[in-house]
Amino acid sequence: MDILSTKEMTRKEMLEVLDHARSVEQGTSLSGEVLGLLFFEPSTRTKMSFTSAMKRLGGDVVDMGSVESSSVKKGETLADTVRVVEGYADALVIRHPREGSARLASEFVDAPVINAGDGAGQHPTQTLLDLYTMREEVDEDLGSLHVGVMGDLKYGRTVHSLSLALAKFDTRLSFVSPSELRLPENVRRELEGSGVEFREVEDVEGVVDDLDVLYVTRIQKERFPEEREYERIAHSYRVSSDSLEDAGDVRVMHPLPRVDEIDPDLDDTEHALYFRQAHNGVPVRMAILDMVLGGSG
Amino acid sequence: MEELRIRPIRDGTVIDHIERGRALEVLKILGVDSSTRDVVSVAMNVSSEKMGAKDVVKVEGREIGSTETDIIALIAPEATVNVVREYEVTEKYVVSMPDEITGVLTCPNPSCITNGGEPVETSFEVEDDGELRCSYCDEVLEDEVAEYIS
Ligand SMILES: [Zn+2]
Repeated sequence: MDILSTKEMTRKEMLEVLDHARSVEQGTSLSGEVLGLLFFEPSTRTKMSFTSAMKRLGGDVVDMGSVESSSVKKGETLADTVRVVEGYADALVIRHPREGSARLASEFVDAPVINAGDGAGQHPTQTLLDLYTMREEVDEDLGSLHVGVMGDLKYGRTVHSLSLALAKFDTRLSFVSPSELRLPENVRRELEGSGVEFREVEDVEGVVDDLDVLYVTRIQKERFPEEREYERIAHSYRVSSDSLEDAGDVRVMHPLPRVDEIDPDLDDTEHALYFRQAHNGVPVRMAILDMVLGGSG
Repeated sequence: MEELRIRPIRDGTVIDHIERGRALEVLKILGVDSSTRDVVSVAMNVSSEKMGAKDVVKVEGREIGSTETDIIALIAPEATVNVVREYEVTEKYVVSMPDEITGVLTCPNPSCITNGGEPVETSFEVEDDGELRCSYCDEVLEDEVAEYIS
C-alpha cells in the first residue's frame, strides 16, 4: 500500500485513515520496523513529524541526510536511490522537487512509499491532517462545513489538494483571493466536475461570518513584479483579531510556517487552530505508518 | 477514382479514413520527416462516401506499431489501418481509443519526474473526453497531441 496522493483516495479510504488516527495509540506495534527518510529538499518539520510518529509506535528511522552529502549529488537517479535504500528500510518517505517522483519511486520498489511532497504536486499527509483537524476540532461531519480558503490559490498545492479532497465530502467551499491569484483553470474544472458547491470572491468580509473554517495560506512576494503592489494586496489578506471581530466562531487554519498573514494577536483566541493543526501531523502520520507497515489495517 | 490515387503497394501500411486535414499530423506521429527513406504517399481531400472528404497515408516497407496507431486514434478516431504483404491486405482494423499511451509523447511540465533523466517511459492516461493527462505529474496536454511527440 502506497500513499501517493489524496486524489486517488476515495472518501471511504480517507475516513479510514482519519478514524485510525483517532484511535491509534503510542506503543510498540511497529517495533523492529525501520522507516527510510529520503528528503531531496529540506523540510525539517515534515521530517521531524514522521520521525516522531514512527518512534511513538516503537519503530525506528534511517535518514538519507541532505542531498549534498549523498550519492544523489553524484548524479544518481531516483530509481537507483530508492532501490538501494529499500534494502535498509521497510517503508520509504519521499520528498522531492519534481512532480511525480513518489509515483516513480513506487514503481521501482516493493516497499510502501509515502509521498511527503513532490514539487508542486501532492502532499497527501498534509491534506489528511487538515481534514483530521476539521473533523476533530470543528465538526465530525465534514460535509456540513463551510470552508473558506484564502491567499495564494493559484500556486498553492496545499490548497488544491485540500479543496479537491473536501469536494469528495461535499463540503461547501468559498475561495478568497486577489484576481491575480485565483484558482487555476484545471482545479476549477475538477471542482465543477465534482458537483461541489463553491464560489470565488475577492473579499473575505462578505463570506467570513458564514464560515466554519478559514484556511489561510501565504501570498508570496515573488508573485508580484512590484513590491508596493505586493504590500497592498498582502495587507488586505491579513487576518487579525480585529478583522475577525464580527466573524462569529470561525476557526483559522494555516499549514505553517506563517510570516505575517496571521497576526499573533489571534493566537490566544478561540479562532486559532493552526498550532493544534500542526500537532495533528503526528497522530495522522502514526495512523498512516501503522496501516502501511501492517501494524493494523 | 480513389483506386487510381492509392496505387497498390507490395509491403507496408495504408492508413485510410483519416479525418480531412489530419494527414500531416499522422505523418508526424509516424516520424516521417526529411530523413525518412521509406516511400511515403499522402492523399488529401479524397472524396469519401462515408466521410465526404478524407486523407490517406501510405508507407511502403513498414508495418506501423500499436503505440503509433493508439496516438493516431486520438486525432483520427475513424482511421482504418491496412497492413499489406505481397500486395495482399493481410490485416485490416479500425484504430481504437487506448486507455493509456506509453512512451512517444513528452510531458510538457519541465519539472515532471519523467523529464528528470530517470529510466522510465512517459505515460499518459486518456480520459473519457479524450484529454491526455500525465500519469506522473497530472499535467494535461492542452495542444494537439502531435506537438508532444519526442
Ligand atoms: Zn508529467
